[in-house]
Amino acid sequence: MRNSFISAIHALSEQSEKIMMLVADNGAIVFDEYRKDFPERFVNCGIAEANMIGFAAGLAACGMRPFVYTISNFMTMRALEQIRNDICLQQMNVKIVSIGGGFAYGALGPTHHATEDLAIMRVLPGMTVICPASPLEVKAATRAVFELEGPAFLRLGTNGEPEIYSAESDFKIGRGTVLTEGDDVSIIVAGPLAYDVLQAQPLIKKAGISPRIINLSSLKPIDKQMIQKAAAETKAIITIENHSIIGGLGSSVAEVLAEECSDYFRFKRLGIGDAFCMEYGSHEDLKKYWRLDAASIAREVISFMDVSLRSASDAERKTRN
Amino acid sequence: MEKLTAVARKIRKDILKIAYYGGGAHIASSYSIVEILTVLYFEVLNIDPCCSDHPDRDRFILSKGHASAAIYAILAERGFFEKAQLKTFCQPGSMLGGHPEMHLVPGIEASTGSLGHGLSFGAGIAYASKVQRRKYRTFVLLGDGECQEGSVWEAALFASHHKLNNLTAIVDFNKLQALDRIEKILGLDPLADKWQSFGWHVEELDGHDIHALSAVLNKPVLAAERPTAIIAHTIKGKGISFMENTPIWHFRFPNEAELEIAFKDLGVYDKKEFLS
Repeated sequence: MRNSFISAIHALSEQSEKIMMLVADNGAIVFDEYRKDFPERFVNCGIAEANMIGFAAGLAACGMRPFVYTISNFMTMRALEQIRNDICLQQMNVKIVSIGGGFAYGALGPTHHATEDLAIMRVLPGMTVICPASPLEVKAATRAVFELEGPAFLRLGTNGEPEIYSAESDFKIGRGTVLTEGDDVSIIVAGPLAYDVLQAQPLIKKAGISPRIINLSSLKPIDKQMIQKAAAETKAIITIENHSIIGGLGSSVAEVLAEECSDYFRFKRLGIGDAFCMEYGSHEDLKKYWRLDAASIAREVISFMDVSLRSASDAERKTRN
Repeated sequence: MEKLTAVARKIRKDILKIAYYGGGAHIASSYSIVEILTVLYFEVLNIDPCCSDHPDRDRFILSKGHASAAIYAILAERGFFEKAQLKTFCQPGSMLGGHPEMHLVPGIEASTGSLGHGLSFGAGIAYASKVQRRKYRTFVLLGDGECQEGSVWEAALFASHHKLNNLTAIVDFNKLQALDRIEKILGLDPLADKWQSFGWHVEELDGHDIHALSAVLNKPVLAAERPTAIIAHTIKGKGISFMENTPIWHFRFPNEAELEIAFKDLGVYDKKEFLS
């Protein structure tokens, strides 16, 4: 995802001389080509994220289009007030690109695990929140946020994420994508766990369940229609994210379901629990720890559907009697 | 100079009027920067009230946003908006809130109110001017208490490292913060030395001396390759006798008896005329 972003921003920087890339002493080597081609537009702001965000806002006030890029927590938490006041309140055209979403930096420990960032960014007025699923979607999302006037948060992993699209992604802000059509359960995912959900699909189908898999990479604005359709047509919804189950994708979907869907449905959030992860390991290891790998996802969906079908028939019996 | 002194006197009256209608304001914090704003807005800044978003305009950022009464008074006097607006301070429907908002008020360059943000924002604006090959100057006015915020020093490191010689920070060094004197809470001395050690060119002056302010602020470039920090020694509450150097006046409105004294200090003889 990281390389996809860098290549996308390089191409965009050839088209627009207003783009500036800001980092906080991160991204060794990967920006070498960018720095060579656009030396005046790359600024390593040093280990000073609060200043970096304020600085970016000042650039944007003069018509530049800065992209701020660093490890998620260091921007979204340390410099949160700057993001809120300097960027969102002042409606500055700054794009915040975070790397290391979820457990992408698994072995580096909880200070580097980005597990609350979506919740924090989502609640800021005026902030567009995008969580792409794959490198091709990152490419499309980068262009989409560049074309957007106003603040945006683009949450990347690191590198090596598998691709889920065979051709270019037709990502649009505010729109979800149905990856697989199905009638029994809607599995709504945001981020690179979309690949794991697709891997889980054959196991789920083997259990006689027809899953509808939805990639909801645009968290804010969110595709309410797609969620409403899922509630009306499949009656069971599971959300999956490499983020806390508090405040991220699951909560966003729950908000829509609770307020705008009157059909009967059952709902469950899968993701990271309300705890810091004290396990070290690769992203794959930590996925297994939190039961977010393909096999665990399949197990969770099947068990949920078993319960869900029983509840549905209970509800049906009560209505008939 | 006489003209500027007269303007400063008028601004002090307007600040009190703003506070009166708003039911209170950070009067003392506003009074310590009156001469600084007067010299900037009536002599130094290349600005045009009719064209408040001209790309080559000089920028002034009130990083100590709680002194909003001061910036509103000066902007109105300079013609950025109607003076009648000052009476709407902090009321429903007004564009003039307790802290200034950039998209609401003509002439306001940054939405401040939370301390420690203005210098980074100003550094971005100054940096942009170099990228875009423009010649405007950027001024950021900070409070001294504000210099207790770590983010100010991140910005200071950045600005000097990147040789932003078109950026000028002015510190309103009135030695007081909200609850007490700075030296008793989180001492800043030696303040000038600190800025110097961060790579800034430093000037120190009496922040109420219009001649001194004019002489320094009018210089187009103060240092070849460094940003400039002007340490302006001021008096919090300057202009109203019982407010001067008295911490309790950080956010407080005078009672009837105090108001009488304030009027005398400011040369207000007709309350009705003052309030109109």
